Amino acid sequence: MPDLLIELFSEEIPARMQARAREDLKKLVTDGLVNAGLTYASAGAFSTPRRLTLAIEGLTAQSAVLREEKKGPPIDGRDEAIIGFLRGAGFEAEPKWYAERIQSLRDGNVLTSDYVLVRVGEQKGKRFLFAGFEYPGRPAAEIVAEVLDATIRNFPWPKSMRWGAGSLRWVRPLHSILCLLSDEAGATVVPLTVEGIAAGNTTRGHRFLSPDAFTVTGFDDYAAKLRRAHVILDSHEREEAIRQGAENLAFARGWQIVPDDTLLSEVAGLVEWPVPLMGVIEQRFLDLPPEVLQTSMKEHQKFFSARNPKTGRIEGFVTVANIETPDDGATILAGNQRVLAARLSDAAFFWENDLREAKAGMGAWAEGLKSVTFHNKLGSQADRIERIAALAREIAPLVGADADQAEQAARLAKLDLRSAMVGEFPELQGTMGRYYALAAGQPEAVADAARDHYSPLGPSDDVPTAPVSVAVALADKIDTLTGFWAIDEKPTGSKDPYALRRAALGVIRLVLGNKVRLSTKEVVEQTILREFIPPAQTLGQNESAKVDSLERKLADLNWHPTLLGSGLASRSDAEAELMTLKAEAEEAVAHRDNVLARLAAAPADLLSFLHDRLKVHLRDQGIRHDIIDAVLAQLGNDDLVLVARRATALNAMLQTEDGRNLTQGLKRAGNILAQAEDKDGVEYSFGADVKFAETKEERALFAALDTAEPAIKQAIAAEDFPAAMTAIARLRSPIDAFFDTVQVNTDHQIVRRNRLNLLHRIRAAGQQIADFTKVEG
Amino acid sequence: MTSPNRPRSFQEIILRLQNYWAAQGCAVLQPYDMEVGAGTFHPATTLRALGGRSWAAAYVQPSRRPTDGRYGENPNRLQHYYQYQVIIKPSPANLQDLYLGSLRAIGLDPMIHDVRFVEDDWESPTLGAWGLGWEVWCDGMEVSQFTYFQQVGGHDCRPVSGELTYGLERLAMYVLGVEHVMDMPFNDPEAPIPLTYGDIFRQTEREYSRWNFDVADTDTLFQHFKDAEAECARILSADPVDGAGRTIPMAHPAYDQAIKASHIFNLLDARGVISVTERQAYIGRVRALAKACADLFVTTDAAQA
Repeated sequence: MPDLLIELFSEEIPARMQARAREDLKKLVTDGLVNAGLTYASAGAFSTPRRLTLAIEGLTAQSAVLREEKKGPPIDGRDEAIIGFLRGAGFEAEPKWYAERIQSLRDGNVLTSDYVLVRVGEQKGKRFLFAGFEYPGRPAAEIVAEVLDATIRNFPWPKSMRWGAGSLRWVRPLHSILCLLSDEAGATVVPLTVEGIAAGNTTRGHRFLSPDAFTVTGFDDYAAKLRRAHVILDSHEREEAIRQGAENLAFARGWQIVPDDTLLSEVAGLVEWPVPLMGVIEQRFLDLPPEVLQTSMKEHQKFFSARNPKTGRIEGFVTVANIETPDDGATILAGNQRVLAARLSDAAFFWENDLREAKAGMGAWAEGLKSVTFHNKLGSQADRIERIAALAREIAPLVGADADQAEQAARLAKLDLRSAMVGEFPELQGTMGRYYALAAGQPEAVADAARDHYSPLGPSDDVPTAPVSVAVALADKIDTLTGFWAIDEKPTGSKDPYALRRAALGVIRLVLGNKVRLSTKEVVEQTILREFIPPAQTLGQNESAKVDSLERKLADLNWHPTLLGSGLASRSDAEAELMTLKAEAEEAVAHRDNVLARLAAAPADLLSFLHDRLKVHLRDQGIRHDIIDAVLAQLGNDDLVLVARRATALNAMLQTEDGRNLTQGLKRAGNILAQAEDKDGVEYSFGADVKFAETKEERALFAALDTAEPAIKQAIAAEDFPAAMTAIARLRSPIDAFFDTVQVNTDHQIVRRNRLNLLHRIRAAGQQIADFTKVEG
Repeated sequence: MTSPNRPRSFQEIILRLQNYWAAQGCAVLQPYDMEVGAGTFHPATTLRALGGRSWAAAYVQPSRRPTDGRYGENPNRLQHYYQYQVIIKPSPANLQDLYLGSLRAIGLDPMIHDVRFVEDDWESPTLGAWGLGWEVWCDGMEVSQFTYFQQVGGHDCRPVSGELTYGLERLAMYVLGVEHVMDMPFNDPEAPIPLTYGDIFRQTEREYSRWNFDVADTDTLFQHFKDAEAECARILSADPVDGAGRTIPMAHPAYDQAIKASHIFNLLDARGVISVTERQAYIGRVRALAKACADLFVTTDAAQA
């Protein structure tokens, strides 16, 4: 069984694309080989900045013979159908030819070509055409060449390019293709040429340390020779070398490397021969916030940060060179140190200027945010801060925060957007806000809110828990959602340019994580009433005022317009103008009414959006969507904490056998009742009396309901949903016994009515918990 | 950096680059005689990257970025600086090696430095142009931009040009080991009259910073922008056949007006009179001019293979 080695050697592949490219190469090639009838034992893909490599072991030398039989139309049927079938089997000819062959087939002869045999066969007493295909096996090399050619031409790079005068696309210019099949007898190059690049058995080592080409005979030889040529093929091995090397360097100084897996894999994609070098941050920069040092070093220089555990500060860095030098990296380190010093000088300059502004109260930043547009229909960042401050104040008591502090925090939280540091490093927004708020003499709670109010940003991000932070974080997100709903910029399909799904999930996680009891709908309604209805109501006022003014003038029959005063030459001109103005005013008023109607509908609409996100969130926690639907059908569904707790309790109950059977019982009761109500045109809702009960099962159900009803009611009132579930679950056996022995629809009308009214009590008990008709199964 | 190969001055680095690229067969051109933001704006790059005709040129381009002015006080930032630009069409297969040769020529030996090609895709919204390539790092510092042009002025580049851009001051400061640009020797420090970069440019940086930020008359600039835009459109829509019956479309004169509009926009930006929303609109207007010029250029003789 031969092994296959493929290497696509190019100019430097972006680090961020390499992992995906390895997987794509493996999948495209192995899928292609398998589809063509080859099998293989194992496959591994590798990448360095200059190469993508695939090694496949145990490939079959030849594809299996592929056999396939297709059933065709009846031989005694229409000729057209038979001709179509023969065409599909690869027979293309003149009409006369078909007529002859069809006759021949009907006579019991067969029709053959290189790879197909058409015959007549019997099935269930009828005569049909059958085509048996047989594709001979093909040598692996032939298949590999085809598959690799197609893989290179259709490779799904996120961005690809052309170069020189050619038309091939690759991530960067592709220089050579190594494609080798090897077995005990030796290695052979798979003959293949893609846009003038002929496959061979050579590759190159490190760009500077071992630039010469060399030949290889198989994967082991390839990996070993690459290593001698200063290339570590496996990115995981490079990562490990970098991690170990960096840790050893730090350890020698008594420091620790700040772990950063994203950076590690990026750096491993930038080097073929990693050489970690440790540098020391100059004393004058050590007072910069650690986040600033870390971000600057990581983003600009791709350095790892080294922390001194004795001081808790970041005092060193590790840069990873791609080369061993005669001076052991001294020149490289000196250069990097120099670049870092220039970067950190800038950062220190920003920090000092920003601190000065922070200590002065950040008034200039607040002023500056007035000229930063948030959205052209939602005003400036300053306008937005005003809205958030009002909301934070309103939410504060619900989350146990001081209202003044929440409002103050909301006013300060976004001011760092105007700081020079955040201008340079946008990812430090919030982080810097906290430092600047502290420098401005604000309490910790306010400063923390500045840092944390953007959270949570994703489904796994930490949720803030400090009350002031929670208030501002909620206000921030509710304002975003309400605002975009008010201007009708909702997410559609995959388009969510303002990350409103993320904001909704943020609200949900903040509310659930902190057990914040609030009526979401009410908060949204209040916000719309306060912020968006008043400006909407003024729409059309200017237009109407113009109409009024001109009408008043025209009412005075002595009034004659002059060009100078009004731009109108005569009364008839003015009357025509009045018509235009009236039309404009009507349009403006209609627009206003549209906007107001939309604003009126927005809270319910936004609530259902939140419900959808809640479903996704709870589903991720293992709660079925039908259970959530059943709970959402209840009153009070805009209190998300309540919804989640109900759903969790119901979900737990439905995991039990009692729960599942109970659901069946409740549904059955509901169905019988609904049918009867439909038929009789009345609602059976009360009056069930145990004295009309005829069987002991019936009486037992009365008794069970007498116990369960107050228990459920009490548990619901206490919001003890597990207790409510336990109480209703006790109805399971009485309900089952009832349905097993009692026929509801008897001829005796009084008994029947009584039983239907009894079923209502079951339905009503269920409705206290959830809408069980929505529960599946 | 103590190798004997080390250049001694800013101008020596430029001279070595000129000699190196001349030896590689490039036509060593002179700077374009207009104010531009980068070497790419030189028609030797923008327009010549279009069409099928082969091309190889290298030149120094004085470049102006009014918003980067720091009155000559910042060690690295200047509103007027120099770029070294190389453009070769079609991009040769050994362009990376040629480039590395140029680093050796100015004393950066890749055997003792850490030279890396780090992903950086280039895009110029004002030119309607983009390409893929890298920023080249030397010991952690970006010393060049390396781009394979894919589109210019909205036209696919066929063949593809390879473009190299060296930020000369930054590169030279590194090679010469200078901390502040104004301290950098411009000519040989042993010359009878040694001149530093600061001797030549400190005063101009101060003067232009003031003018760019505070004094340039914005009404006049807005008018100039409109005039350049209008003149560009007028040139482009002129009958290609002149009075004597000769067919002479005027892509280059029109393109000059596009360059002018672009620079005026940069000045207005530095004056802080262009809002965030207007910014996009202005960039779009310049791009429309650049595209229209490209549309015309590709029909001319210079664009034919």
